[in-house]
Amino acid sequence: MTLETALLYVAGAVLLGLAGVGVGVGVGVLGARFLEGIARQPELLGMLRTQFFIIMGLVDAIPIIGVAISLYILFAVVGG
Amino acid sequence: MASENLTPNEYIKHHLQNLTFGQHPDGSWGLAHTAQEAREMGFWAIHLDTMFWSIALGVLFLWLFRKAAKRATSGRPSGLLNFVEWVVEFIDNNVRGSFSAKNNLVAPLALTLFVWVLLMNTMDLVPVDWIPGLASLLGIEYMKVVPTTDPNATFGMAFGVFFLVIFYSLKVKGPIGFLSELTMQPFEAKNPLLKVLFIPVNFFLEGISLVSKPVSLSLRLFGNLFAGEMIFILIALLFGGGLVLGIMGGVLQWAWAVFHILIILLQAFIFMVLTVVYLDMAHQEH
Repeated sequence: MTLETALLYVAGAVLLGLAGVGVGVGVGVLGARFLEGIARQPELLGMLRTQFFIIMGLVDAIPIIGVAISLYILFAVVGG
Repeated sequence: MASENLTPNEYIKHHLQNLTFGQHPDGSWGLAHTAQEAREMGFWAIHLDTMFWSIALGVLFLWLFRKAAKRATSGRPSGLLNFVEWVVEFIDNNVRGSFSAKNNLVAPLALTLFVWVLLMNTMDLVPVDWIPGLASLLGIEYMKVVPTTDPNATFGMAFGVFFLVIFYSLKVKGPIGFLSELTMQPFEAKNPLLKVLFIPVNFFLEGISLVSKPVSLSLRLFGNLFAGEMIFILIALLFGGGLVLGIMGGVLQWAWAVFHILIILLQAFIFMVLTVVYLDMAHQEH
């Protein structure tokens, strides 16, 4: 394996890993607050769930783009 | 299926290549036969498969909803009519919830965007080799069936929304109001000298937030669907690896498709909600 190929593998792995860390923290905080919100006021569940999914879609977007690009690097650019 | 004599690398790249029509470097017009040729066509090339599928699904949406609207009665609704009523009510509630000004365009626009994006996203659930395989039997080399995995389609829609935002900002606030919104916020001052000093800073900040709207709107949709498509293609690679891997691939494809239904719905919904929110911001007077 040449250095170039190895670096591409590392780049893909770092992309995938950091995207995972970021979205883990983000959705974790969001979910915790969501549960706190329902525990405090169960009657707001419907509204909170809609807002939760909207924000989750926003938080989710950048990491999922990272995942797509890293998979593209790992399987198509490197040619596994 | 289509991977008899292709390496995995070529298979993925084949699936990510659009059917491109444009001008060859030697001056003749025609279809690109390789990715290299498609790249050399430059800016004025057009993706025929994206255009075909997006327009076909748009027509399907219009036909279906028109059919339901013509059959609308005051009696007991059934089947399709129920479904369409439910969708329209859902959009209506959402628009009422997040749009405070009065504009007859916004709710129909939201309905169109939601259903259209949803239909285009749903093409992702069709197994990745079926339609391209059929197309290759008909002699078409490349076929990418999910229009929203092509950034051209998502940027096109986002620029449409951006144009409406600018249009309504100018219409509601007037050119002076729009300009002052861009230059007098978020830093404000009573002192005229400080006010002038703040103009470039404010313009820079507000300009970024204005331009980032269509970019993030389109890249979010594109990125999510592209990632989903990429994973479907990787799972489809397993079908070429014998019986055990094939069965595993089938299970994985089913599992990912079930999870992907959530993403499909969510992204269509977010695209619609953000469009309404941006248009609402354009209607706010300060």
